[in-house]
Amino acid sequence: MQDYFHTIATTLTGLLRGKEVFTCAFSGEETDFVRFNHGQVRQAGHVMQRCITLDLIDGCRHTSAELTLSGDLEVDRPRLLTLVEDLRELRTHVPEDPYLRYATEIRSSERLFPNRLPAGTEMAARVWEAGQGKDLVGIHASGAMHVGFANSLGQRNWLTRHSFNLDWSLYLRTDKAVKARYAGFEWDTAALAGRMAAASEQLEALDRPARTLRPGRYRVYLTPMAVDEIMELLGWNGFGLRAQRTGVSSLLRMIEDDVRLHPALTITENTADGVAPDFQEAGFLRPAQVTLIENGSYRDCLVAPRSAAEYEVPDNGAEEGEAPLSLDVAPGNLAAGQILSSLDTGLYVGNLWYLNWSDRNAARLTGMTRFATFWVENGCLRAPVNVMRFDDTLYRLLGERLLGLTTERELLLDPGSYGGRSSRSARLPGMLVDEVNFTL
Amino acid sequence: MFAAIEQHFRHLAPAVDFCSMRVVRAHHEALTVRRDVVQPVRRSEDLGAMVTVHDGGGLGYAATPDLSSAGLRRAVDQARDWARATAGHALVQLDYLDREPRLGEYRRPVRQPWSSVSLEDKLDLLRRECARLSIDQAIVEWQAGLWHSEIETLYLTTEGGRVSQHFESLLPVLSATAHRQGETQTRSFGRGAHFRQGGLEILTATGFYEAAPTIARQVLELLAAPNCPTGTLDLLLAPDQMILQIHESIGHPLELDRILGDERNFAGTSFVTPAMFGTYRYGSDLLTITFDPGRSEQIASYGFDDEGRPATREYLIKEGILLRPIGGSVSEARSGLPGVANARACNWNRPPIDRMANLNLEPGASSFAALVKAVERGVYMETNCSWSIDDSRNKFQFGCEWARLIEDGELTTVVKNPNYRGISAEFWRGLTGVGDAQTFQVLGVANCGKGEPNQVIRVGHATPPCLFRDVAVFGGE
Repeated sequence: MQDYFHTIATTLTGLLRGKEVFTCAFSGEETDFVRFNHGQVRQAGHVMQRCITLDLIDGCRHTSAELTLSGDLEVDRPRLLTLVEDLRELRTHVPEDPYLRYATEIRSSERLFPNRLPAGTEMAARVWEAGQGKDLVGIHASGAMHVGFANSLGQRNWLTRHSFNLDWSLYLRTDKAVKARYAGFEWDTAALAGRMAAASEQLEALDRPARTLRPGRYRVYLTPMAVDEIMELLGWNGFGLRAQRTGVSSLLRMIEDDVRLHPALTITENTADGVAPDFQEAGFLRPAQVTLIENGSYRDCLVAPRSAAEYEVPDNGAEEGEAPLSLDVAPGNLAAGQILSSLDTGLYVGNLWYLNWSDRNAARLTGMTRFATFWVENGCLRAPVNVMRFDDTLYRLLGERLLGLTTERELLLDPGSYGGRSSRSARLPGMLVDEVNFTL
Repeated sequence: MFAAIEQHFRHLAPAVDFCSMRVVRAHHEALTVRRDVVQPVRRSEDLGAMVTVHDGGGLGYAATPDLSSAGLRRAVDQARDWARATAGHALVQLDYLDREPRLGEYRRPVRQPWSSVSLEDKLDLLRRECARLSIDQAIVEWQAGLWHSEIETLYLTTEGGRVSQHFESLLPVLSATAHRQGETQTRSFGRGAHFRQGGLEILTATGFYEAAPTIARQVLELLAAPNCPTGTLDLLLAPDQMILQIHESIGHPLELDRILGDERNFAGTSFVTPAMFGTYRYGSDLLTITFDPGRSEQIASYGFDDEGRPATREYLIKEGILLRPIGGSVSEARSGLPGVANARACNWNRPPIDRMANLNLEPGASSFAALVKAVERGVYMETNCSWSIDDSRNKFQFGCEWARLIEDGELTTVVKNPNYRGISAEFWRGLTGVGDAQTFQVLGVANCGKGEPNQVIRVGHATPPCLFRDVAVFGGE
């Protein structure tokens, strides 16, 4: 797809007039999706898509459009011509944009990771073999993902990765299930078998009479997957400059009142160690790291080019939504072997679900436990727990009541695929928290 | 363009048990004025197709933007390869699916086309409305916007089926955020709920031209308001909160693919089981829910679903009794339960699954004044801003933008950060008042997420305000 995108960029360059400039972002994928239920295939297929976002600029006026490309230049060339003419005509009707900002320093890059994956049908076959006799439900996605950027100044950026992401659950009955994930860039059937066996083992622990807890405060261990749910919510307007300046940031009290989280907490947008591209759709490059929370204090925020222009600060390569793509929470001192003994008595929460703000000003959030959640007594798993709703503030959960972070972290590759496959990732420890408020 | 694509498909005639193709062409335009600055005009042009093959007991699909003869041939081959690979492993028995070829068209007339007003005039309108939101220095963020869509689809089958549909829709947006001394509040024009099919006539029908001053006044009221009280109170929900209540705690639990377990790894399962249909009391006698694809201005009205099934109005819950799930032909065949025409895909690159379409709570007999008068101590809440519910769609907690206390049958103090929580299986039985036809509003949800791979789709909900007894209500910190 890279060659085709460069041909598109050359074609666009030839369509410019006068002092016109363009920026063009590209996203594409060739993905096999296999959806499972009850260990069988519910739906399976292949999706190929490629799309550009073209911004046609003249001075401070510009208009932009997304266009799906067919991949056949004989078809796409006239579409590009029509698109450019439409955008040019449209531009005469719009005012100057005071916040237009695009990369003018040429910083090209190319990262082409080789394809080490077997065919999608082969991986799917290994999954249904591993799921034999089990109530397996979930999705396997595999194939190439491409991201590109070009502008008429000559900058070219490209990233191709070939990855797979198996996101599945094993069910015992009703809502008693274990959630697991196997994702990466090199397929290993033995590794899949290991994860399937671990999930099956945990499933056995669910086969005990479930306990229903009364509302109240409980000590809790959150696995990295549960922590990811909290971090994803926090990423929604928590770390962006625009949210900060318009008062809608969920971390408002840290910004305005210098409220602090636990000193063990350091959160970084770690592009260098993530899987997202290190360039964004206006052509700016992302720094290797942006420290968002340092030892519990608010530090920097994510700044998109438009926000940078509006608030007159430097950008740091964030996309328009100013949400983290490669979040990294620093590890702590809690060894894996000490998790249950440190929890002592309380809840081991495998996953959280459907988080939202119940009072954004106070960073108070609510959500549900889901999948493998256990009651632990004296450091031993005693019983699965029926789903519970929590409602508490981040300042308590990640502040005064945070007891520890694990030394081991997990790199979680987002299995999300709204519109296209996600390149978001997170490297997270587990967390031990005291007196979490459960309400229903 | 569709004629050439159709010809390519007819010529392909693959030697398989069944093959269909769904072509989708979409044109979107988004106009926004934020903080009195016109934002970049954004357009999008999207065209692609999904081919589905059933063969030898297996099933496969392939989605492609290459609609040439060669491109569609490749897609058919890929779909057939997946069908062969999954033969013997397929969950769905394909031979009992209804493959009767359907023929039909659907197109809703538009009274005031998007193109009938120039871009300058549309931007001027948004500038005016945006400026009307900024009435005080405490208002730090404000915007007005219009999102227009035009979508054409063509569904073809090798058996001769042919369904073409055309949809035009508009989403008007207004919002204002006020901030003072550590407190931020946002008020909006239904938070995206005024999403309808049609053209610019929607702006008059939804009250867009009158909304900005009220939004600005109310967001300032919220800055000075006390927190919503905590307690077990009566709760009167406005239509723009009712849509979330219906969506999350009736719509999703009734989706048949959830009941059959397809969504257990992602969107979740359901507390509803197949045995409940026909006998289970979902709510009080006042609760009647329809699947209604025929209200033409509503966002998810259509003539056929994305597997070509003709859409008809059906009762899902009547006078409180659960009657029918929302499941398309595949789920219907799997479960043996009667379904509805709701196999829908968000675009050409995703396969159809069971989705809500228009799910409406039918009006009752009470005026708004009568609903308020029936409350001795309670809260009236408008406009959803927070939503959370468990994976079986039972334990929920929702928050709203704006609320007023109801004391001795009168609306009184404005309160901020209103939230409430409950359990679906109990909540609807506490329904004690339903607004009449005068209070009934046609609204929608633009971003219902579900499915693996993930899909966001438009869903319509029309409802009057409703009154619930003894609900756990609370405010902020």
